[in-house]
Amino acid sequence: MATTTAALPDALGHFGPYGGRYVPEILVAPLDQLEAAYRQAQADPAFQAELDDLSQRFAGRPTPLYHAKRLSRHLGGADIYLKREDLLHTGAHKINNCLGQGLLVSRMGKKRIIAETGAGQHGVATAAACALFGFECIVYMGEEDMRRQSPNVFRMRLMGAEVVGVDAGSRTLKDAISEAMRDWVANFETTHYLLGSALGPHPYPMMVRDFHAVIGREARQQFQELTGGLPDILLACVGGGSNSIGLFHRFLGDESVKMVGVEAGGRGQALGDHAARFSGGSPGVLHGTYSYLLQDDDGQIALTHSVSAGLDYATVGPEHSWLHDQGRAEYVSCSDEDAVEAVKLLSRMEGIIPALESAHAVAEAVRRAPAAKGQKFLVNLSGRGDKDIGIFRETLPDLG
Amino acid sequence: MNRIDATFARLKQQQTRGLIAYITAGDPSPDRTVELILALEAGGADLIELGVPFSDPIADGPVIQKAGERALRAGTTVAKILDMIRELRRSSEIALIVFSYLNPILRYGFERFAKDAAQAGADGALLTDLNVEEAGPYLEQMRKYSLHPVFLVSQTTPPDRLRVLSQSSAGFVYLVSRAGVTGERDRVSDQAVRLIEKARRVTDLPLAVGFGLSRPEHMRALAPYADGVVVGSAFMRVVEQNLQAPDLADKMRDLAAALKAGLKVSE
Ligand SMILES: Cc1ncc(COP(=O)(O)O)c(C=O)c1O
Repeated sequence: MATTTAALPDALGHFGPYGGRYVPEILVAPLDQLEAAYRQAQADPAFQAELDDLSQRFAGRPTPLYHAKRLSRHLGGADIYLKREDLLHTGAHKINNCLGQGLLVSRMGKKRIIAETGAGQHGVATAAACALFGFECIVYMGEEDMRRQSPNVFRMRLMGAEVVGVDAGSRTLKDAISEAMRDWVANFETTHYLLGSALGPHPYPMMVRDFHAVIGREARQQFQELTGGLPDILLACVGGGSNSIGLFHRFLGDESVKMVGVEAGGRGQALGDHAARFSGGSPGVLHGTYSYLLQDDDGQIALTHSVSAGLDYATVGPEHSWLHDQGRAEYVSCSDEDAVEAVKLLSRMEGIIPALESAHAVAEAVRRAPAAKGQKFLVNLSGRGDKDIGIFRETLPDLG
Repeated sequence: MNRIDATFARLKQQQTRGLIAYITAGDPSPDRTVELILALEAGGADLIELGVPFSDPIADGPVIQKAGERALRAGTTVAKILDMIRELRRSSEIALIVFSYLNPILRYGFERFAKDAAQAGADGALLTDLNVEEAGPYLEQMRKYSLHPVFLVSQTTPPDRLRVLSQSSAGFVYLVSRAGVTGERDRVSDQAVRLIEKARRVTDLPLAVGFGLSRPEHMRALAPYADGVVVGSAFMRVVEQNLQAPDLADKMRDLAAALKAGLKVSE
């Protein structure tokens, strides 16, 4: 099973029943064109060499694998290792995908890039890649997210991107994606949609995963070098699912390695109060893909809530739905409160301020560690917390 | 005979093109929809596309987005829309397809939808984001209950795919006349006539053109080529501007009549 899972998706972009393509007819041909360009680039050693070079010199790969000894000792159980994607240029794993797609687009000859962003990390990484490649850059962002992640709005603008606020729905990531898709439907001839997670219509879930798979490839080798073996459990937060699938993918064939995806548990279990698609949702179609989805009884998409803008989304990348149903990965959720606690703990114990998204994975490691003496956890620290300073100020007023 | 087929046969005899009127079901409220459809029919509409409101309408511009928001706020659901069709059938035989994003229909269930829609008196359906590759289970149920599935074709659709889409359609094929979301535009896109000609070479089904069309001169420009013209945002703008107006239905009827007048073919 493990090897067949690694070979997915099929030719139409399916991971078991999930994934595929559900888009306005006018986008079918542009998606076909994108897929063809991607497959060609994938088969071209020069493309990979150029991407490796940029990843190294521009983005700062490889990122370290770090043994969080004080945190591990404090928890008194499992040994916790952090994959430091937070140290990448622009502050999160998102740059891996932006460099990959950016390089691809420079081959396809399009000059205008659109993107959506939730936490702003994908928007910032897109803006950086567009500056690097000389593309025009438009980023759609929900107005609520512009407010709560305002440092990133400024960073995008500083790098020359136009940030367009979206005032619809809950004014968060879902609404930004809808608006980006509307732009693409009108401008596909000149424009590439640089989708920021492993979701949406085929080929995005496959392509975005492949660009992030470097996380797991590096981590697996580093882990063996550092410890002489493999981790017992991988932990990563799951918004759309890109940093998690990037970490998981290289390990799918390692049957001893458990995988845990952590979703946003938000402020409660009622529909609208969280973004836990696996415990609170059911399969459906949103934004071009068939996957677990938070929806009401009439098939209308539910509103979501999370303290973390990057996890605050109604559906999840289709490969995760498949891994979930196969039992290959386990999906749990972590509350807003526990995520903020994990930010505090990691900051004090290790001098590392994680992004609120990544803190969800840290929180789950913290929860499990005391009862897991002798085990090794590998946590993907997908991003740093600089962007969240405003939220920390609101949630941790005692710090001034 | 399916009402859609009968309608296009009649139009051919009458030397006129079909006015296909889209309206979002439940806007301004579920109890007004039947009245508005009857007004459109009185004005000369030949076929109704009854839109299911959806929370995330990625192919729609602001006018239909807002219509959907109002309809959802007013409590519109697939089940209520089927009730509207049942009520309509007490006084009208106008051809009608249900026009929806996939997820509300998926949630309702393909089999249950096809069965209930046929029983209510719908004649077909169009699901904007259901691509033909994924449509097998849907098509099976549509055929089982003798409903016409209609697919969209766009300017980017290559000829071999156009063939598959028209073979999977019944009643008519819907040609998207331009890139972009729904909404009124000043001019008919150059793509529209080219697309009609491209489709004629591949299929004998009637061809309807839509997206961006809103004025009598647009109807006149397309009448020589298309079998039907779809107008949506222009009707929903009338709704938007007359939410409380007692003569909303009259205004819908008048717009339909003005548009229909542009669809006569003079030969
Ligand atoms: C630091 C960080 N981690 C995780 C995510 C969630 O996305 P994904 O699940 O695609 O990794 C985001 C999204 O904005 C992010 O900024």
